[in-house]
Amino acid sequence: MRDWLIYKTFWDLTVTGVALGSLYALVALGYTLVYGVLRLINFAHSEIFMIGTFASLITATNVLGVPMLEAGQYPYRTGFQLVLILLACLLGSMVLSGAGAVALERAAYRPLRGSGDQFGAVVLAFVTAFVVGLVFFDTPKSNLIFGIIGTGPIAWMYLNIFRRGRQAPRLAFLISAIGASTAITEAVAIWGPRDREQYQTPRVLEKKTLFQLFGTDIRIDYVIVIIGALLMTTALLLFVNRTRLGRGVRAVAQDVETAKILGVNVDFVILITFVLGGVMAGGAAMMFTLVYDQSKFNIGFLLGVKSFTAAVLGGIGNLKGALLGGLVLGLAENYGSALFGGEWKDVIAFVLLLVVLMFRPTGLLGESLSKARV
Amino acid sequence: MSLSESLRSVTSGSYSVSRLGEALAKQSRSVRWSFGAICILALYLLPWWPSVPVLGWIVETPGTSFPSVLTDQVVIFVLVALGLNVVVGLAGLLDLGYVGFYAVGAYTVAILSSQHANLPWLLCMPIAVLVSMIAGVILGTPTLRLRGDYLAIVTLGFGEIIRITANNVEWLGDSRGISNIATPPSIGPLKFTVLDAKPYYFLGFTTILIVIFLLRRLENSRVGRSWNAIREDEDAAELMGVDTFKFKLWAFAIGAAIGGLAGSLYAGKVQFINPNNFPLQLSILFLAAVVLGGAGNMWGAVVGGALVAWMPERFRGFADKRVFVFGVALVLVMVFRPQGLIPRKIRKERWLESWKPSTEADLGGKE
Repeated sequence: MRDWLIYKTFWDLTVTGVALGSLYALVALGYTLVYGVLRLINFAHSEIFMIGTFASLITATNVLGVPMLEAGQYPYRTGFQLVLILLACLLGSMVLSGAGAVALERAAYRPLRGSGDQFGAVVLAFVTAFVVGLVFFDTPKSNLIFGIIGTGPIAWMYLNIFRRGRQAPRLAFLISAIGASTAITEAVAIWGPRDREQYQTPRVLEKKTLFQLFGTDIRIDYVIVIIGALLMTTALLLFVNRTRLGRGVRAVAQDVETAKILGVNVDFVILITFVLGGVMAGGAAMMFTLVYDQSKFNIGFLLGVKSFTAAVLGGIGNLKGALLGGLVLGLAENYGSALFGGEWKDVIAFVLLLVVLMFRPTGLLGESLSKARV
Repeated sequence: MSLSESLRSVTSGSYSVSRLGEALAKQSRSVRWSFGAICILALYLLPWWPSVPVLGWIVETPGTSFPSVLTDQVVIFVLVALGLNVVVGLAGLLDLGYVGFYAVGAYTVAILSSQHANLPWLLCMPIAVLVSMIAGVILGTPTLRLRGDYLAIVTLGFGEIIRITANNVEWLGDSRGISNIATPPSIGPLKFTVLDAKPYYFLGFTTILIVIFLLRRLENSRVGRSWNAIREDEDAAELMGVDTFKFKLWAFAIGAAIGGLAGSLYAGKVQFINPNNFPLQLSILFLAAVVLGGAGNMWGAVVGGALVAWMPERFRGFADKRVFVFGVALVLVMVFRPQGLIPRKIRKERWLESWKPSTEADLGGKE
């Protein structure tokens, strides 16, 4: 019965699988970049993605004023206006996700490398003051004011503790990442206007069938996602392989100490790596809202785990591997859930990873950001 | 000492806890033993602490009964942290799916005592430990040959696979879970009922003591030294003749067994489990407990486990904001005390001291 089902809907599953895989791939790029450079599983990357989906929502509704419903209908836009709205959302997501990634790096990771700076100290101090404020105040507003006042002295204190120049053990980075991830998720859940509920994003794009392929309708949003992911990955590959900064990224991935001796500004390169990962996640987030029209405070978690699986599947540290891993994972999940039932979707993903790693211990394409040529 | 220097010493210098340890080590054997005995007795009386004047205000858990916080949370977390510490802290293997073994232990007890058989808890418990140990070996055999970071994601997947399987297979009670799980047998006046959590605490605390005793023996044995060597440098350990794969598998299996033990205790206490009791986030909390306390240090794991379990209950006043506060606290502790609250003692110095020639004569003996 189910075999028949997969035969009947094979191309359908393929199209949605490739679209889902493209999203995985874009988020996986962020994991793979940071891992290649820092050897760190950036657990909070999924939250950068989540921030991106909210940035899209805010750009569309608060900045551009697109309503959720227009006279009981979806607020469909067409032509130039549609393109403008989509681009604005994309920009908003990319900028906010990139900024979030920078703040994360400066506050939660850089102090652990022993080179914490003022920016990180201020972010950490503000969060500390804010948490202390929770004891005394009930309203977010007075909390915020208390946080801002407390930031100064606490930041000064933190800066004094920071300058140790000592590298923390690798596990500490992971726990810091987990802590940051928890804090960001919860902050959105607590202080978001709809608490822990799901948010709807305005559906500006009418999901029309663009053309038919093998008897399957190809929807326009899938086409946008697939082409967008390909474009962004190509741009990233060109940046890493062809530019001076990209060479710096590869150098640090290969050997931090040697890169430092040869004059690479390691902290700056790491920052750039996080920005790149954040921008990719932001792009993925905008396209995610385009397809699924929703967001939630914990939306990043499962997608993040899957994307990291995709990165490992393709060979962590390998940019092309992330793309391939994402696509393979997306397809495998779709075919698998058609064969075995949707409730086994996540099991299929992990079993696939286990099988691939047993036969190719470094992933499908091997680890290669650390090697000279990508 | 300037202010900034003193600030720095808080984060990098030794804490009073380790000074206490040093001071104790200098005392005679009888002093140390009696100190230990008093500590253990005080901890056995933990359920009554909230009624002690000052101490009570510190430890109390507003909104939840203190003994049940101890049994449902603190004991479980401490046990799990001890087990995970073997895997993460001693052998240096990053396990993100530890909740899987915990679930295997709990489900084994549930199946054998309620779902498909009627065995007493006392018989189920060792079976549960054994089954989780086997699960550890089954998961470890293919994956421990992988590099460390790959292990993280594979184990994470394992934890999810266990949960989803339990959720979807009817034989395992699917999403409705399993109820009427057997409780531990009553010993004299200690009756294991729903109403009184204290007997469970005594049982749990005794289990912790036994596990600590066994782990200490293990840590100071050949196995423990091999783990040390593997953690510090796997290639070097392999070169020196340590069978790294075997010892990694041992660490995995022992860690899994302790996880299963914690799971069986949990199942015996709550008497009802369902897949939602074993979310992926729990694995992450377990790991946080180990690293927060100080990976590789058993006392660190105990403190970390107790803190992670107890803190959210203590600060119920924050209500729904406590998870947020917990996340921020994790980042801050890692930034300012990256080795954890009670760091692992660095044995190198002691070892070097004993190696140093003690007198001048030792140096120039033969000339």
